[in-house]
Amino acid sequence: MHDIVVIGGGPAGLTAAIYARRAARSVLVLEAKTCGGQILNTPDIENYPVEAHVSGFDFGARVEAQARGLGAEIAFEKAVGLRRDGADWVVETAKGGEHRARAVILATGSENRKLGLPDEERLVGRGVSYCATCDGNFYRNKVVAVVGGGNTALEDALYLADLAEKVYLVHRRDGFRGEETNVARLKARPNVEFVLNATVRRLVAEKRLQAIEVEDVRDGSVRTLELKGLFVAVGRIPENQNFASVVELDASGYVVAGEDCHTRAPGVFVAGDNRVKPLRQLVTATADGAMAATEAVKYVNGLLDRGT
Amino acid sequence: MTPVTKETFESEVLKAEKPVLVDFNAGWCGPCKAMKPILEEFEASTPDVKFVSVDIDDQDELAEDWDVASIPCLVLFKGGAEAKRSVGLVSRDAISELVGA
Repeated sequence: MHDIVVIGGGPAGLTAAIYARRAARSVLVLEAKTCGGQILNTPDIENYPVEAHVSGFDFGARVEAQARGLGAEIAFEKAVGLRRDGADWVVETAKGGEHRARAVILATGSENRKLGLPDEERLVGRGVSYCATCDGNFYRNKVVAVVGGGNTALEDALYLADLAEKVYLVHRRDGFRGEETNVARLKARPNVEFVLNATVRRLVAEKRLQAIEVEDVRDGSVRTLELKGLFVAVGRIPENQNFASVVELDASGYVVAGEDCHTRAPGVFVAGDNRVKPLRQLVTATADGAMAATEAVKYVNGLLDRGT
Repeated sequence: MTPVTKETFESEVLKAEKPVLVDFNAGWCGPCKAMKPILEEFEASTPDVKFVSVDIDDQDELAEDWDVASIPCLVLFKGGAEAKRSVGLVSRDAISELVGA
C-alpha cells in the first residue's frame, strides 16, 4: 500500500511525486515506457524557467533523478484500470498486477491522433511520421506532405520546408486554426503548396510510402500526390480511456477537473496534458503536478486523521 | 553495445551466428537516449542475442539500405535477414518480445 500512486512518469507525474515526497507521503510512479513523456521528443526547450536551453531528454532524466532522490519509487508497468475498494483505490496493471493506494494521480498525458487509414501503422517509420523535428532529416531534398490545420501542422510544414524539396500542406478546411503569422510565413515559401478542403483518403505503398490520395471535400475529386513522407499533425488524444468509468471525461476525452485538479472521484486527481485546460505546456504540466500532489496529500492526511 | 558501420555491418550483423538486435539511433534523439540504458540491461540479461548500435547521422547509407525513416528503430536480424522491427519509444515488454527474452 502506498499513500499515493501516480500513473504516468512525464513532467506532471514526476513533479507530483516530488511534492508528495516532500510532504513525507509514500509514492509509487507507474510508467508504461520510460520516464520523461512527450518532452523527450523536444531537442531544445527554450521556454521553461530557469535555463534558456535544455534538451527534453536531459529535462526528463533530471526530474526523474530528483524524484528518486526524494524517495519516490518508480515501476515500469502500464496501468490499465482503476477501482475503488473500501477507502482505498486499486490500480490494475497490464500484466495482472495491482497497486493499492489511498489516493491516485492520473498523469497519463496524451498520444498522437492517427488518421485511421489502412496500413498507417505498418508505414510508421517507412514514410508515415507524427514528429517532424524527430524524422524530418530522413526526408532531406525529398517530397513530403503535412496533414493538419493547427499550429503543430503549420510549424511542422515550416520546419520541413527548410529541408525538403517540396511540402504539401493538406487540410480539410480552407482556413487554419493555427496562427496567421505561421500561415503567412508558409505562403512566402516557394516550395510549399497548400492543398485545402482536402482529406487524405488512401496511403499508396508497397514496402514504403509512395504517394497519398487526397479527396476534395467539396466535389469528391481525387488527386494523387507522389511523395516519400507524410507527417500527420491532426492533434493528440488524452490517454484516459482506461479510467473513463471512474472520472468524468469531456467530449474530447480530457478529464474534467478545475485548477485544483480534483476529479469527480474522491481521492483521484489529474495532472498534466490529460486534464481539461487551455494551455498544454511543460510549465503547466509541472504546475498541475504540484497542485494535484498537494491536494492528494491533503486528502490522504484527512483519511489518516480519521484513522481509516 | 558495439557500434556498427557500413563496413562492419555484414560481418557483425548479416553473418553473425546469433540473432542481432540493431538499434538505429542518433545523438539528437531523446527517445533513443531514453531507451539506451534499457537496451543495455537487455544486452546483459539476453546472452542469446547480440546487441549493436548504428548512429544514423554517421551511417546514413545503412539507414537508407534498411528503410529506417524514424528513430528509435530496433531491427532484429536472424540468419542475415530482417526478422522483426519496432519503431518509436517502446516498453520493456515490447523489447522483450522482440528479442524473445
